[in-house]
Amino acid sequence: MIRLLPRDRMIWLAAPALVYLAFFYAMPLVYLLGRSVIGPNGPTLSLFANFFADDYNWRVIGNTLRIALLVTLVSLVIGYPVALALARARGLAQVMLLTAIILPLSVGVVVKAFAWQIVLRRDGAIAQLLVATGIWDEPQRLLFTEPGLVIGAANVFLPFMILPIYSVVKLIDPRLSEAGATLGASPFYRFRKIILPLTMPGLISGMAFVFSLSVSMFVIPSLLMGDRFQTLATLTGRSFLLMRNEALGSATAVVLLVLAVSIVVGSTILSRRIGRAA
Amino acid sequence: MTAVEKLATVLIWTIASLAVIFLMAPLVITVAVSFGDSTVFSLPPPGWSFRWYERLPATRGLAASLWTSVQIAALSTLLALILGTLCAIALVRGMFPGREAITTFLISPLMLPGLVVGIAMLQGFRAFGLRDTWTSLLVAHVVITMPYVVRTVLAALSLFDFTLIEAARTLGCSYLQAIRKVLVPALAPAFLTSGMFAFLASMDNYPISIFFTDAWTKTLPIQMLQLVEERPDPMIAAVSTLLILLAVLAMIIGDRLVGLKRLADF
Repeated sequence: MIRLLPRDRMIWLAAPALVYLAFFYAMPLVYLLGRSVIGPNGPTLSLFANFFADDYNWRVIGNTLRIALLVTLVSLVIGYPVALALARARGLAQVMLLTAIILPLSVGVVVKAFAWQIVLRRDGAIAQLLVATGIWDEPQRLLFTEPGLVIGAANVFLPFMILPIYSVVKLIDPRLSEAGATLGASPFYRFRKIILPLTMPGLISGMAFVFSLSVSMFVIPSLLMGDRFQTLATLTGRSFLLMRNEALGSATAVVLLVLAVSIVVGSTILSRRIGRAA
Repeated sequence: MTAVEKLATVLIWTIASLAVIFLMAPLVITVAVSFGDSTVFSLPPPGWSFRWYERLPATRGLAASLWTSVQIAALSTLLALILGTLCAIALVRGMFPGREAITTFLISPLMLPGLVVGIAMLQGFRAFGLRDTWTSLLVAHVVITMPYVVRTVLAALSLFDFTLIEAARTLGCSYLQAIRKVLVPALAPAFLTSGMFAFLASMDNYPISIFFTDAWTKTLPIQMLQLVEERPDPMIAAVSTLLILLAVLAMIIGDRLVGLKRLADF
């Protein structure tokens, strides 16, 4: 099969998968986009004009971006040092770190969001911990609050920050830093001039992953925030599943799609440019 | 080592240790709650029991949704393995333009918001005249399992030395024998690992499945979320624990087959 087919005609082996995806994945997406800009009387942007005219929807967009930004920042602050540690770790420490990063990835989001519902309650583990350490005077409820949502989401998406950074950190030649030290560079200067620029592509793709996952998350805010707090994704889900308002749902879905695609494309271009410069 | 470097090292390892606890916390707490004998989620539980597990078989809809999920996950993984592997071979061995773009396209279902992909599929399938829930679920799940297969098999194939097949031919193997005896064993670990993780991704999918469920056909995560909303009690933790066990099993097998470090490749 491999030599029977000339290498320039090998695309035929890819054809079944490509046709499948074109039919059941690309065409539905194009159809969704098409329907959102074509009204009964030809092309129109009225769906989006109505959507953006509503102040409530701007609050929803604000909620979405604010939460996604916070989740990305928290994941970055925790994830970067963890990626550095993972690159240096050997033996048991390496196994433990890898397990803690990979295992949660193959556990479903419903399971993890449910666990955070337990942890964030007034009598949950975090409240108990904070009261025991004297940070809080009395237990408070973190469930249905924004900090609770950020903690839960950062927990679920943290591996997507750590792994891309780790994938570039492990390629850095340790002699570079040693050479810098021999030449008299301070540790801080070496970090800023050697480690940070070399990890930039991983950093950018990690941030893009976490940001776009946070923008699109649906189960986590549904369980940790409830109905009073809406993001683009929860509003999209509600309009289709509960309100049967397909116009609103299509508008939010398209906004979400455009947002996610521009994050992915933008970050790819950015990390390529930086990768070339470094 | 200077004082600053020592401080940085201590800081990095402190954060890493705390991160391990943070990452494992939801799983550990779920398991602990599932073995507790209290109806509320007090931790640590006042006593231990299997009462939540004993209630599982009698819970309405749970067994049916598990069976649906297993069927859909197994079939979609199988289809994804066939389509994805053929495609990966073409991408590694083929000489045609646009290979990079095709790879991005194949992986892209993982990068777009699941909910939006689900809505698009719901409307698209309706337009095609595909209305059967079970079939729609299967068709949709192949799209989300294929990226796992393509990514892993592509990585394994790019490490495979294709001249080995020529060598086997020279040594007297027929074409199919050469593929069966050389290529298949070399790809087997990637095949099994990606199949396992594709299976889990299908089992755990919520945002796409939610659009293809009705009163009779529900997948496990949909049924679980419904139970969480109706009566959140530790029984959900018992179901979750079984799913965690499945993930642990997949990780151990994956470690044996390709090693933990390869599983972390991104």
